[in-house]
Amino acid sequence: MPTFFERRQLVTPGDLLAEGQYIAGENTYKEDDKIYASRIGVVEYQDKKVNVVALRAFYVPRVGDTVIGTIVEVGFNGWMVDINSPYLALLRASDVLSRPFKPQKNDLSEVLDAGDLVIAKIIAYDRAHNPQLTVSEPGLGKITRGQVVKVTPTKIPRVIGRKGSMVSMIKQETGCHIILGHNGIILITGKSLENEQLAIMAIRKIEEESHTTGLTDRIVQMIKKEKEKGKQKEEDKNESET
Amino acid sequence: MSQKLEKLIDKKGLRLDGRKPDELRPIKIEVGALSNADGSAYIQQGKNKILAAVYGPKELHPKHLALPDRMVLRCRYHMAPFSVQERKSPAPSRREIELSKVIRESLEPSIFIEYYPRTSIDLFIEVLQADGGTRCASITAASLALADAGIPMRDLVAACAAGKVDGTIVLDLMDTEDKVGTADVPVALMPNLNAITLLQMDGILTLEEFEKAVNLALEGCRKIYTMQKEALKAKYIAVKEVEE
Repeated sequence: MPTFFERRQLVTPGDLLAEGQYIAGENTYKEDDKIYASRIGVVEYQDKKVNVVALRAFYVPRVGDTVIGTIVEVGFNGWMVDINSPYLALLRASDVLSRPFKPQKNDLSEVLDAGDLVIAKIIAYDRAHNPQLTVSEPGLGKITRGQVVKVTPTKIPRVIGRKGSMVSMIKQETGCHIILGHNGIILITGKSLENEQLAIMAIRKIEEESHTTGLTDRIVQMIKKEKEKGKQKEEDKNESET
Repeated sequence: MSQKLEKLIDKKGLRLDGRKPDELRPIKIEVGALSNADGSAYIQQGKNKILAAVYGPKELHPKHLALPDRMVLRCRYHMAPFSVQERKSPAPSRREIELSKVIRESLEPSIFIEYYPRTSIDLFIEVLQADGGTRCASITAASLALADAGIPMRDLVAACAAGKVDGTIVLDLMDTEDKVGTADVPVALMPNLNAITLLQMDGILTLEEFEKAVNLALEGCRKIYTMQKEALKAKYIAVKEVEE
């Protein structure tokens, strides 16, 4: 039962990854006991399972995921939400409004209008129906402040890091509050614009270099460097004022 | 051309551009050439210059065209007015409409279209400069654009033509050879699965000649396949080397 690549090697669609008693994991497929890659990515062998961590992919809804979406349409009894996936998601009015409502009387665009951003959770999805969202849990609902960043959805685990090491580091270093949507949209709210900018820079760097090793250390260094630059600027400013 | 102006193969057995009969034109491939597309690729094969862009998968509009059990691949092959010697009308010609269909059908088997029902992928192929064998170069580039867009695929599709010129079977015909020569056999292949997704023939060949031409074209496809893979990886390897 041979494997044909080393761990963490770059593979392209159609590459033969393993032959024999293996299980096809993410971004792979099996044909006659042979496992092939179906996306460009980095290969991982876990016991009998073969996975490819994709470098390019789009978001496919999954029940239980937290996502950040944009309202694109206000309907009679709900909203259509763009969740950065091939399918639009449905957010029902009865889920948002706790009181009973009548479509004839209530104007839904007063509650949420097109262009508004929401944090929501997927409660239902299958092949035949578009995903359905809910906001009736703590932490979910309309976004009122902060900035959003878009990254490739498959890179969200990299932004989180091992046991949350990467994201907690960024939170600590920049003092920003960070919410990760599984659909690749990240909300950053900080005390100042500079801090938010710094966190965005760090996330952009992670996205670009997600397939390299020793990334956390490099990000720490980058943030420290940028902080120093910021301080320097402030001091220069103070000096020129006095 | 009613009369043959020149010999297509000289005494040494070399072709008009100095290639041997089984030699490909120089190929340059770049993945991710367009920033606004979900996936894109650019290919130069000899004097051919082709851009391919992929958008999607996304919800299909108009909705009644959506299929309940699979995604829809829409493909547009288009030649720029300045891509050939005589100005070509920008309106889609009979030939372009046919090539759009041929390219679509040669790429569809490589995609897992049943994974994402009710969606569509739009594929745009723009020929900026044409010099024979554009359908093959288009397939090669389009397949890379699909992979760049992160669409799950069975394999990359590589395409290459073979044909008969001055009584010799040759690989990768250019424009003059295509027009003056006796036959042209474009082939598209998924090399790892050893599956042919496109096989056409234009002209007259004997059974033996046809077999020889197909085998030559398959060999060409495999050579192009290695270049495709390198081009796809090159985008990421560059970042890795700088940072480590």
